Amino acid sequence: MTEQKIRVLVGKPGLDGHDRGAKVVAAALRDAGMEVVYTGLHQTPEGIVEAALQEDVDVIALSILSGAHMTLLPRVLELMREAGMNDVLLTGGGIISKDDMQALAEMGVGQLFGPGTATGEIVEYIENWVNNRGAKVGTTS
Amino acid sequence: MTPTARKGRRDDGRPIVQEASTREERMAARVAAWRDRWDRQSKRDIDFTSTSSMEVAPIYTPLDLADTDPVEDIGLPGEYPYTRGVYDSMYRTRLWTMRQFAGFATAEETNERYHFLLDHGQTGLSVAFDLPTLMGYDSDHPMSEGEVGVCGVAIDSLADMETLFHGIPLDQVSTSMTINGPAIIFLALYVAVAEEQGTPPDKLRGTLQTDILKEYIAQKEWLFPPEPHLKIIVDMMAWCADNAPKWHPISISGYHIREAGSTAVQELAFTLADGFTYVEEGIRAGLDVDRFAPRLSFFWNAHNDFFEEVAKYRAARRIWARHMKERYGAKEPRSLLMRFHTQTAGCSLTEQQPENNIVRTAVQALAGVMGGTQSLHTNSMDETYALPTEKAVKIALRTQQVIAYESGVANVIDPLGGSYYVEALTNRMEAEAEAYFRQIESLGGVVAGIEEGFFQRELASAASRYQEEIDARRRVIVGVNEFIEQDERLEIPILRIDPRYEREQCDRVKKLRAKRDDAKYQAAMAGLRQAIRDEQNLMQPVLDAVRSYATVGEIVELMRDEYGTWREPSIF
Repeated sequence: MTEQKIRVLVGKPGLDGHDRGAKVVAAALRDAGMEVVYTGLHQTPEGIVEAALQEDVDVIALSILSGAHMTLLPRVLELMREAGMNDVLLTGGGIISKDDMQALAEMGVGQLFGPGTATGEIVEYIENWVNNRGAKVGTTS
Repeated sequence: MTPTARKGRRDDGRPIVQEASTREERMAARVAAWRDRWDRQSKRDIDFTSTSSMEVAPIYTPLDLADTDPVEDIGLPGEYPYTRGVYDSMYRTRLWTMRQFAGFATAEETNERYHFLLDHGQTGLSVAFDLPTLMGYDSDHPMSEGEVGVCGVAIDSLADMETLFHGIPLDQVSTSMTINGPAIIFLALYVAVAEEQGTPPDKLRGTLQTDILKEYIAQKEWLFPPEPHLKIIVDMMAWCADNAPKWHPISISGYHIREAGSTAVQELAFTLADGFTYVEEGIRAGLDVDRFAPRLSFFWNAHNDFFEEVAKYRAARRIWARHMKERYGAKEPRSLLMRFHTQTAGCSLTEQQPENNIVRTAVQALAGVMGGTQSLHTNSMDETYALPTEKAVKIALRTQQVIAYESGVANVIDPLGGSYYVEALTNRMEAEAEAYFRQIESLGGVVAGIEEGFFQRELASAASRYQEEIDARRRVIVGVNEFIEQDERLEIPILRIDPRYEREQCDRVKKLRAKRDDAKYQAAMAGLRQAIRDEQNLMQPVLDAVRSYATVGEIVELMRDEYGTWREPSIF
């Protein structure tokens, strides 16, 4: 764990209302000692990046179960880069095929988690990323 | 309860009937002796709870049913309180409808899938719409980007609806449409397509989901605040009662509540509470309960815990019948029937070792059938990755056919009726649902509970508890936290939706707006706005609007303009 609390924005971009996963993960991250901001539903990529800037988060974690991830995640990533958020992790989960996860990783999106992931695995991933951030800045793009 | 059922009860401390009391005492002595033996056995180190984290006893006996009257509480199928089934002869007369939910890309692609399913023995259609359609946005709206045709079919106007049902005689199939916020528009679209085929509304059979209350509670696809949505639902119930008597204008749905993380009891209680709310709204609007109640239908989840699910359906039938008769004064027997569709639990499927999902789905489907469902959708093994492939859907349909024709379970009505466990569980779920009804009433009803975040909190905490049990391996999920295969490779094909469909659909809706009769469109939209302001039944003006080729997005935008929007409290 870092000295300061890790700050995470959990978001639901697009029209998808399936928020069970987002809420379970948000609660698990909070229980693991992180500061969690949940955006609520139906957010635009612009709104998410703006909220992430305002909240000064270390991590943006997006939940997408609608199949629109190949549009929404690259868009958020692009906006993050435009805003100079090079030391912020973009991660997430949902109904996303392995091929799409691979393609998104190549663009610079962090690890994505599918159904059946233990919440501990997500906590560990985020903690490791934040703790090693110094070494990683600039290498994801 | 009848006097005979009271045999062996000692209200005043002494036996009423000597013989029966002796039998009960002998049973109690046997159970006590068994418990001694049971206590001495070692037990596996795991929680012996249902999928809903409910403690269950290691055995159930006649002692658990001492207060249950086999005549009045359990009875026979086709008679009050319908615990054992809504019809006298159930599956010996007619098997459940095998209805696979399908839709993707464009109306043309989905129409092909429907012909494929009907050719393979499916007996009803079920339309899955994409998210822009469900949320009332046209395909070319900025919010629709990347979502068009992805999780269902994109329908923007009557023109798309004509394509969707091309070559399918609507007087011969029954169609279920899973759409809620814009449901009235889709009732109008279906009626308009049928009209073009020469089929009048009174010949149409099918169901619209329409259940907006569970959207606020679980799936979150609302358009307006609760009040106007409820008003529109009453409009639909009234219009159907007069014009489309074979149509189900609403399917009161627990499915999504369960998928969002609820327990079985919460699914049961919240869904029936939603149902009571629609009944009360109808009565408040001056409709006779027996005029609309026979067309109310239900939609339940079938999760992993076989007995818990069967008991849930049985409890639901009994509770609905009792409340409709005693609380709402329904006199028509058909008003008391809790008829339902079942879908296996999408949330139970695992990404790991996806072929195992075929087995999970089979067990869940069996629960739906043993619980007396009227129709059934079985999920496909690949749905944790994407929409299902044709092959995966076919296996799911074949699963139903194996249950129907090979397993023998459809031969006997309510085959688990009389099981000490199932009857005790049915009683317990009914009692726990009643406790929730009292709590919801004390909050001021379902809408007040939604506004206050009560349901959302209940679901979030049940979902977190379920996940914690899995994470701590107190609940075993095969392939996820036990029997894991390292370096698992995905060996099933995944369906991809070509992004060109989105571009094509956007072009199509733009062309439609340019070429339709603008004067007719403007007049219909003005008529709709006026009808909203005059608080008239909206069905006729919406029909006029769809016939003028107004798009779904345009109609919803006008309605949002009049009714406003709604944001929920964010709770996790």
